[in-house]
Amino acid sequence: MKNDQGHPEKKPKFGPGITRRRFLKTMGSGAAIAAASDTLTGYGTVKAEVTRPEEILRVNLFINGLRHSLVVEPRWSLLYVLRAKLGLTGTKVGCERGECGACTVLIDKVPRYACLTLAVEAQGTEIVTLEGLMHGEKLGAVQQAFAEHDAFQCGYCTPGQIMSAEGLLRSNPAPNPDEIRRAMSGNLCRCGAYAHIYKAIGRAAELKDTKGGAS
Amino acid sequence: VTDQEKKLYYLEGLPLPETPRPGDTPAPWKGTRIVGKAVPRVDAYERVSGTAIYPSDVSLPNMLYGAILRCPHPHARVKKIETAKVKSMPGVHVVISGQTPAADLPWTYSSSGIRIKSKLFDPHCRFEGETVAAVAAETPYLAWDAVRAIDVDYEVLPAVSDERSALDQGAAAVHEKGNRVGPSHSYQRGDVAKGFAEADVVLEENYRTECEIHTPMELHGCVANWDGDRLTIWESTQGVYRIQTNVAETLNLPLSKVRIIGHYMGGGFGSKLQAGKYTIIAALLARITGRPVKMILSREETYLAVGNRPPSNMTLKAGIKKDGTLTALDFTCTGTGGAYPAGGTSLVDWQVRDLYKCPNVRTSCTDVYINAGPARPFRGPGHPQGSWALEQMLDALAEAIDMDPVDLRLKNISLYSQARDGQPPYTSTGLSDCLTQGAKAFGWKQARKEIAAAGKRGLIRRGVGMAGGLWAAGGGRPPSTIILKLFSDGSVNLNMGASDLGTGTKTVMALVVAEELGIKPENIQIEHADTGTTQFATPSGGSKTVPTESPAVRAAAISLKQQLLEIAARDLAVDPATLNFMAGSIVSRNDPSKKIDLTELSGLKKQGVVVGIGYRGPNPENKVTNPFAAQFCEVEVNTGTGEVRIIRFLGAHDSGRVMSRLTYDNQVFGGITMGIGLATTEARILDKNQTGKIVNRNWHDYKLPTALDVPEDMVSLPIEPDDTEANTTGAKGLGEPVTIPTAAAVANAVYHATGVRITQTPINPIQLCRLLAEHRKEG
Repeated sequence: MKNDQGHPEKKPKFGPGITRRRFLKTMGSGAAIAAASDTLTGYGTVKAEVTRPEEILRVNLFINGLRHSLVVEPRWSLLYVLRAKLGLTGTKVGCERGECGACTVLIDKVPRYACLTLAVEAQGTEIVTLEGLMHGEKLGAVQQAFAEHDAFQCGYCTPGQIMSAEGLLRSNPAPNPDEIRRAMSGNLCRCGAYAHIYKAIGRAAELKDTKGGAS
Repeated sequence: VTDQEKKLYYLEGLPLPETPRPGDTPAPWKGTRIVGKAVPRVDAYERVSGTAIYPSDVSLPNMLYGAILRCPHPHARVKKIETAKVKSMPGVHVVISGQTPAADLPWTYSSSGIRIKSKLFDPHCRFEGETVAAVAAETPYLAWDAVRAIDVDYEVLPAVSDERSALDQGAAAVHEKGNRVGPSHSYQRGDVAKGFAEADVVLEENYRTECEIHTPMELHGCVANWDGDRLTIWESTQGVYRIQTNVAETLNLPLSKVRIIGHYMGGGFGSKLQAGKYTIIAALLARITGRPVKMILSREETYLAVGNRPPSNMTLKAGIKKDGTLTALDFTCTGTGGAYPAGGTSLVDWQVRDLYKCPNVRTSCTDVYINAGPARPFRGPGHPQGSWALEQMLDALAEAIDMDPVDLRLKNISLYSQARDGQPPYTSTGLSDCLTQGAKAFGWKQARKEIAAAGKRGLIRRGVGMAGGLWAAGGGRPPSTIILKLFSDGSVNLNMGASDLGTGTKTVMALVVAEELGIKPENIQIEHADTGTTQFATPSGGSKTVPTESPAVRAAAISLKQQLLEIAARDLAVDPATLNFMAGSIVSRNDPSKKIDLTELSGLKKQGVVVGIGYRGPNPENKVTNPFAAQFCEVEVNTGTGEVRIIRFLGAHDSGRVMSRLTYDNQVFGGITMGIGLATTEARILDKNQTGKIVNRNWHDYKLPTALDVPEDMVSLPIEPDDTEANTTGAKGLGEPVTIPTAAAVANAVYHATGVRITQTPINPIQLCRLLAEHRKEG
């Protein structure tokens, strides 16, 4: 069984003891639902239910090997928290509705859209962002391959492309061209660098192979 | 050879280019050591590591977030705005609208000399997405809460949403004077009636291309910050100096008080050549609150208010002799740039006027207003649309006279620009090489033979198609000023105002410096796209950045070398004219023992730095520099489902000298990818019979090509005519020609596969199934 990203199906985890359903139930005020429906119906028509400051929650997020403890509004996306609260701007904003993949991060080794993941929902998971692929100032294998093959133009979708490629190679170290195309189909590149991205992923697989799979 | 030299310089390979005397125009490069090679970008590290800071990533201490309330109707008048309760919402700092005195600013929409005065917040909203009010708050979530809480009383007005009926009796008026942007633009040479009389075959067809939205990956937006009366804006833009002018004029500030920074930007394709209303609004919100304001649009807003490629409705009548000689072309077009003057038919007729030799040509373009967002230049404005019509027509003509489509085009090559006054020659015309070498590399004749032999049988049908093209600009021009600083250790700083949109501008310029000075690209530090610290540059658009900037970079490098020769001549006590610039050192031609390393030059040591300044020289008089193209593709059509699978693509491009092979190929593939979008998926859909609103305002409903939609087999075949006249690097523009012939090539391939001519974009299963069914009925 494979999902859209071409990876073996895994049940999404929501940390110790929290399922998605229970999370929504816990947030019984409906703030999360209200926030989502506002986005869908556009501006000017829906009266937003605003979370009061005293309703903010403390969350622990495990990102790139470090534990961060911070307070968030329940509706804050993981994307917003990564960028605005933790300064991890390698993860990019493209659409905030799960269409472009610019915000792709690894959650428990699987590529996920950080814009569709609430920060509170990401508790108890292991999150890896683009910054987490670096070895100090040295590029990781996928990053190195993208640089060598010019697998980007403006570079804005690139972090997401790299994270999807990283996720693919972690679950499938030697993907065939069709598997590469399917795995990358959730990441838009308006500059149209796909042809070079395919090549880069082949190269990344080689680089990882010589490094024993390390990123 | 010192260890330092080993680290810094290339000592292998060809000698460095000769250094001309000051004031002389340098001769074209005969061969190059590093220009044109496949080396990774100079900023690859930043772009893959996440250290590249895009305007969207900029975060300043104490920063607020802005958001804009936009008109939800395609045509409405704002009667009342109620903001009292919004101002008291937690975290909300300010709400502005047309009723705010500080925000009551003029705004002019203009194109081709037609100007319409409006306001930053105009109560008469002529398109969905026009600005109504704006807020600044502690977080983007709170800012959007505030936007949604603003109560606006709109008087909804009748709207017109289709340019094809905008001139009908009784159509709603976008402007008081009616829906014509101006008189139709006409062009004529020869006598088309005579041309049609001479023709053996005359064909006529209607074509339409749908409106496309740019949607670069990085959203439009900026961060604005005031230090007293000095304003700094980090803007996602194609040209910092253009933004500086826009902002200074609108806010009535001296240019010296406005600094625009745009080091990285996540794509523009023409939609980020100018400041947006959002830029001004961010500056106002920041001034009123006394805090920095980040204003990044939502994806939905980028569908409404920051430009598009106008839809084009075209009719083309063409006459041809049996031997393939074109005798007449008669072209009309109606288009729309939306609710304000925005070049709705700009350059749509250019391919018809200029690409193929034809003595009798007539064109007429009519631009009309509709209630939709204003257009902005979109990669090769007008050209892919005109190509869609012309190249499909040539395909049909070739079939009608039983001639190969490539041969037909080869029969009608022009070495001069027919459409310009005085019909000036091109500095180079690589079109016939693009066609012949492209066809050969693609296996064009063989593929056609195989497909013909297979016959039109089975559910899956193969077809091949091709199209030619040119881009009306792409020659570059003055002004450009470049400053190079050589440090005392022989490394260099390159200072230029131009932006790098991701096209590889920085890399190309570094390679030019490396070529002339014999240093490695990684030893060149680049400072660019900042009005506070870099030289004036025109915005990066029109595929002109490389042909504009690279000759100026070369001139700066040569100026630097000349100064170093002077310094060395003093140190060695010889005539500078007898000295040669070698990699890392300067040597006497007469006496090889007279040699000095750059890092030993007394003048360089003393000054710490030597500065070379380069300017872009003039273009040749009475000549035109244009890039040319031919693209070939193969498709597989499922005649049961109407699905088109593009199997392979080849782009043969004459853009002069290849300056950097990796970024060159990347442009070619990227242009083809975007053209595949025009051909098969992209179309803005307005709810024209009811609300007039855009119904597909996101990437789910408006589909871009994904990794699954472009073929793995893509070939870039550079055609490099030795263009010694265009400029001193011989480069022509590349970014736009690469997307011009693509859609037409796909349509021609689908016709070849199915016998169905698709005259309207996009070629999607819905349309193709319907046409295939009609075709079977007729057949």
